[in-house]
Amino acid sequence: MSTSLINWFKFASPASFYPMAGRLVPWFSAAALLLAAAGLWVGLAIAPTDAQQGEGYRIIFVHVPASWMSMFIYCVMAFWSALGLSFNTRLSGMMTSALAPTGALFAFLSLWTGSLWGKPMWGAWWVWDARLTSQLILFFLYLGFIALQAAIDDPRRADKAGAILALVGVVNVPIIYFSVQWWNTLHQGASVSMTKAPSMAHTMLAGMLLMALAFWAYTIAMALIRVRCIILERELTSEWVKKNAME
Amino acid sequence: MNGAFAPFRQAVRRDLLLAARHKTEVITALFFFVIVVNLLPLGIGPDQDLLRKIAPGALWIGALLATLLGLQRLFAPDHQDGTLEQMALSPQPFTLLIAGKIMAHWLVSGLPVVMVAPLLGVQFDLPGRSLAILTLSLLLGTPILSLIGAVGAALTLGVRGSGVLLSLLILPLYIPALIFGAGAVEADLAGLGIEGHFSLLGALLLACIVFAPWVTTVALRVALE
Repeated sequence: MSTSLINWFKFASPASFYPMAGRLVPWFSAAALLLAAAGLWVGLAIAPTDAQQGEGYRIIFVHVPASWMSMFIYCVMAFWSALGLSFNTRLSGMMTSALAPTGALFAFLSLWTGSLWGKPMWGAWWVWDARLTSQLILFFLYLGFIALQAAIDDPRRADKAGAILALVGVVNVPIIYFSVQWWNTLHQGASVSMTKAPSMAHTMLAGMLLMALAFWAYTIAMALIRVRCIILERELTSEWVKKNAME
Repeated sequence: MNGAFAPFRQAVRRDLLLAARHKTEVITALFFFVIVVNLLPLGIGPDQDLLRKIAPGALWIGALLATLLGLQRLFAPDHQDGTLEQMALSPQPFTLLIAGKIMAHWLVSGLPVVMVAPLLGVQFDLPGRSLAILTLSLLLGTPILSLIGAVGAALTLGVRGSGVLLSLLILPLYIPALIFGAGAVEADLAGLGIEGHFSLLGALLLACIVFAPWVTTVALRVALE
């Protein structure tokens, strides 16, 4: 127990986290590539054609994992923010800002693939469905977070302000989701349902899970690469950077 | 009551006095609201049925934008002349002082909007009952806008391009208030009850009253560091 505690504190310091992150990046990158290859193969070649939607449904293998990741990454950002605000650790803020661009990317990807999917299935690029609308707002929240951090020059203040915003956002996401859902049902009655067919083929589920894991590994790899850049940028004047990292 | 809330009343009084000395700012924000709402029919066309339908949304969006205008100056002048720092260092609870400032902001920018709203509603040919519901929903909703907005104003205090940034941060968070506020009128026109909308708006307001001044204080302390 005590050793694990010591390890946590050890890796909370940028100086010891930097080399560890460097060692982990190739593993997660490789995992992302392999899993994505497997997932795409299962999704595009093995999974059966959908009875109602034909081949068009196959975008699900990108769309659904991207949506999951975009929501999950925001929660992870809120977790790091809470940790950073309560323990005043520097690395937490760096992790939060390292995750934000990937989260925004997945939110955008989810909207884009969703609209590509929506055109042949519903006949419209965009419908004011509760999920679409709240996903769009999540995208705005990511943009707000990135813009706020970019506008503040002092990195410590940027971290803390971003952390507060991420926490305010994570409290608001469920409220926004339910309010939009209610707004939608009031207006349209029977709205377009995005719920999947209840009996989903096992291969479809496997493909989706593989892609989700691939996106997960990609996110970790990207966040680690980005956090390494942030660490270098901020600690440029410190001894350990001059000694070890710049060689 | 007298002792504990004295800092709150002091802060409200001070900001109201300041607003009274700079009347143009208050009046400008109000006229901004009136003009934005009046531009919509000019852009959409004079079809009465359509205008009646979009009136609640138009007034609510006008109220959101008018609130944003005043928010940029909620903490900035006090930050520039050092008053905010003195407030943070003073023995009075900082949260109460900030709550007072937010209250004053609502009295100066939210309440006039609520009072002008029925007049604008008449321009959109809203029936009397809808007018009353719209005004009530704005009365419940505009404090939410001031409270959430204060968090954004504190986060963007003294930051490059804070005005635009503030809108980007805050407008998405205004969505629930907009939906329930504007939705109440439409629900009534559709023959559905309005209790649900008003209960949720009230719940939002209470949650904001409890949490927003506190979060604003935390954000201000970060900005003052």
